[in-house]
Amino acid sequence: MPTHTFQLNGTRVTVDVADDVRLLWVLRDILGVTGPKYGCGLNVCKACTSHINGKAFNPCSVPVSQIKDSDEITTIEGLPATVGADLHPMQEAWLEEDVAQCGFCQPGQIMAAVALVHKVRAEGRQITDEDLDGLRNICRCGTYPRIRTAIKKAAQNM
Amino acid sequence: MAAPGRPMPGTDPTEVHRRKFLGYLVAAPTLAVGVQLFASSAKADAAIPTLPQPEDILDLGDAQNLAALPTSGLISVEINTDGTASFALPRAEVGQGMTTTAAMLIAEELDLPLDKVHITLADARPELMMNQLTGGSNSVRSMYTPIRTAAAIARAQLVNTAAKQWGVPASQLTTKDGVVAHKSGRSAHYGELTKAAASTTTTVAADVTLKKSADFTIVGTPQNRIDARDIVTGRKVFAMDMKVPGALPAMVRRPPTINGTVKSINNKAAVLAMPGVTDVAAITYGVGVRAQTFGQCIDALRALDVTWGPGTVDKESDATVLQKLKAATLPLAVPPLGALSVDAEFVFNFASNAALEPDNAIADVRSDSAEIWSSLKIPITAKEDIAAMLGMPLDKVKVHVVTGGGSFGRHLFHNVAAEAAEFSKKIGKPVKLMWSRTDDFRQGRTHPMSINRVRATHLLGNVLTFEQRHTSVQTDFSHGLGEVLTATAARLPVGGNLSFAETIFLLTQSVPYNFGVVTQLLNEIPLRFNTGSMRNIYSPNVVTALELVVDELAKKMGKDPVAFRRSFLRDAKLRAVLDKAVEVGQWGRALPKGVAQGIAVHSEYRGAVAVLTEVDCRPETVNRPVPTSEGVTGPRVTKATIVVDAGLPLNPKGLEAQMIGGMNDAIAIILTSSLHIKDGLPLEGSWDNYFYTRQWNTPPEVNVVIMPANSETPSGAGELAVAPVAASVACAYARAVGKMPTTFPINHGTLSFEPLPLEPSTPQSPTDGLDHTF
Repeated sequence: MPTHTFQLNGTRVTVDVADDVRLLWVLRDILGVTGPKYGCGLNVCKACTSHINGKAFNPCSVPVSQIKDSDEITTIEGLPATVGADLHPMQEAWLEEDVAQCGFCQPGQIMAAVALVHKVRAEGRQITDEDLDGLRNICRCGTYPRIRTAIKKAAQNM
Repeated sequence: MAAPGRPMPGTDPTEVHRRKFLGYLVAAPTLAVGVQLFASSAKADAAIPTLPQPEDILDLGDAQNLAALPTSGLISVEINTDGTASFALPRAEVGQGMTTTAAMLIAEELDLPLDKVHITLADARPELMMNQLTGGSNSVRSMYTPIRTAAAIARAQLVNTAAKQWGVPASQLTTKDGVVAHKSGRSAHYGELTKAAASTTTTVAADVTLKKSADFTIVGTPQNRIDARDIVTGRKVFAMDMKVPGALPAMVRRPPTINGTVKSINNKAAVLAMPGVTDVAAITYGVGVRAQTFGQCIDALRALDVTWGPGTVDKESDATVLQKLKAATLPLAVPPLGALSVDAEFVFNFASNAALEPDNAIADVRSDSAEIWSSLKIPITAKEDIAAMLGMPLDKVKVHVVTGGGSFGRHLFHNVAAEAAEFSKKIGKPVKLMWSRTDDFRQGRTHPMSINRVRATHLLGNVLTFEQRHTSVQTDFSHGLGEVLTATAARLPVGGNLSFAETIFLLTQSVPYNFGVVTQLLNEIPLRFNTGSMRNIYSPNVVTALELVVDELAKKMGKDPVAFRRSFLRDAKLRAVLDKAVEVGQWGRALPKGVAQGIAVHSEYRGAVAVLTEVDCRPETVNRPVPTSEGVTGPRVTKATIVVDAGLPLNPKGLEAQMIGGMNDAIAIILTSSLHIKDGLPLEGSWDNYFYTRQWNTPPEVNVVIMPANSETPSGAGELAVAPVAASVACAYARAVGKMPTTFPINHGTLSFEPLPLEPSTPQSPTDGLDHTF
């Protein structure tokens, strides 16, 4: 079996698994990192959103063989460490707004939200309603309005 | 200065006439207080001139409560030696916030900080009979008094124990923040008293007076979910995240039509030889595969060559079902009266109650015992069915209830738990069985297609008759609520011969207006689709039809929709929420052409809601770009005002969340989301086919107004908002485009996606994820 090595939440990991197994299953079924959720496996629902080298991506749609030795994968579990705190400002805002209901999509929502704020900032802009409309992550509990409020709030503290 | 603690009940003379509640000290090493699980039934006022409909007298929640009375087991609040309290909630938590509400009730009556209350979900407990059912927005209504009673008795027992130890009268003791204190300065926290307070031998009856709602300090205040921190850090555990030894991933290759069966597996050995695959076996509705990872399960199930037998509805498509529904509609009694009547017929297409967490369960079936983990709203039925299937006595089957990633009606059924048990038994190994997203849409439960025919007649400014005929593909109620309601229904004033579905229909539906002679009837056609409730059962469809016709009546009679509703409403609570929505939502404000307001009201679960929405149907909005080629836009709800009277709002923040969630469900079923049935299968197979509300569909402006408490008991909330928002959006859309819509969702006529292949039943995951980073 081929081995694959990469950085996961600040730790170097090596797994023994076939090349074409999608990273989501490597994280969940082999490494036991269950923050990223399966909601479709089709890169549609975005419940597994995590970061690769600081950018949002969906591990359900990336074979593990495409992950390079030097790639930094960050899941919700590793998000606070990226800012050296117990919680990332986006997580704090999520708590303040009490965004979650069932919670299943929320790790992916938070990871997507962080990437969106970084992207908009890199473009030298403030978050707009159009930016928020562009988030694809599904919340089947319908928490969207609180997500919008939380992202705007967190953007002030990031 | 610190606020004084609460004195011992019984010392306040005004409490003499207040009702007392009974509980038991349960024999245990530390203090445990049990109560029977029941709640008193509320009774609505009868209305005249429209005769009271059954829902007015005894609604679904009341019927559930009544059915529960004689058979209840005990539920217990326990005090731990560290001063915390524990409670195993006999309900499901699927996002509705019931665990948070339960913790608040316990914290309130125990005078304990909220974060010192631990709530878990109880395993299936057959002795609770039908008292372990989560549905009908009934959890808060049924648990409100029992939970408080147990906590209040625990507090009294702690106080009495301290009084005895210290040799002082209990009336001189107060409780605050989990500490019993005496004016002498002596104090003890609950953990120090719990062993002495425990009942060592048999159970002893005890009774207590509960706090007045006016004295609440936690209940009624906005509180965050108790699991919020676990959620935002990714630590919250769903069944799929659990680590049960040996329970490897498992999935199922499914037939190309609903409920199709396996005739033969033609390449089992080849699939068994694939990387990671450990087992392949035929089960009732497909072929199970088990592997090291779910990804390898997908590879394996796709590689299977299976010969399929027919399903249960192979010849059915949208058009054939619609034809059958029309043929089965019960006749209207009043003949059409031309200009003096409004006649309308509405079609509501199949919709999916799939949650974001796909159906999944862990099963470990051994030769003489079994253990199951899953999100289950009726775990007792699951336990009974699975025990029967496995041929084991009930006490050999343990069923654990796990918090669910949404339900919306789906988890009333335990199909996936039964399937996991069946597969585990067949292969003799534990499995973590998950349905794929496509399975969830195509073979999972659906809200059935229905038509709603309405005829109203009016004369001289009065509505004389209002008739509604709801005809639906049968809603499957086989999950066990049936027995209870049938038993209760025999004592109801609705006649003895109604079928179960008709009973549910009558218990949940009513017309809130003085419309003279009112009849609402249900008929069903017995097509064997996999159906079930979906965040309400009938209300979103029935109320949408009703309110659209109300707007038509108002137009015909030359009245403003709000003025018309106000003059015909039977209920003061509904008038009050209507007035508030009109004020806050600015009814009648100037809007551009193509943008319009809609107003609707609804009363259910002893709550009342009014909703004012604004819908933008201008071309630049309808055709706005979206971030995915397969997302739909269409008209957008730009603003929503939801005014809710929940009787006694327990957690305003949670109540608001339920209103917001219900709103987004309603927007979906009116504007964007449905299943298209073709030759025995829904074409939808992903979230980019089934257009549940997305960020680009949700209103940018939402305002939820919670009316002040006006009752000693809370109403239901989980499903309350769906029907009135659906109706309001439909009415706003009708006004914006100048034509009453009659098919829902309004975009059903256009298939806005390329269907995924029918076989293999689960598509392969893409490999281009790194091309879409941001």
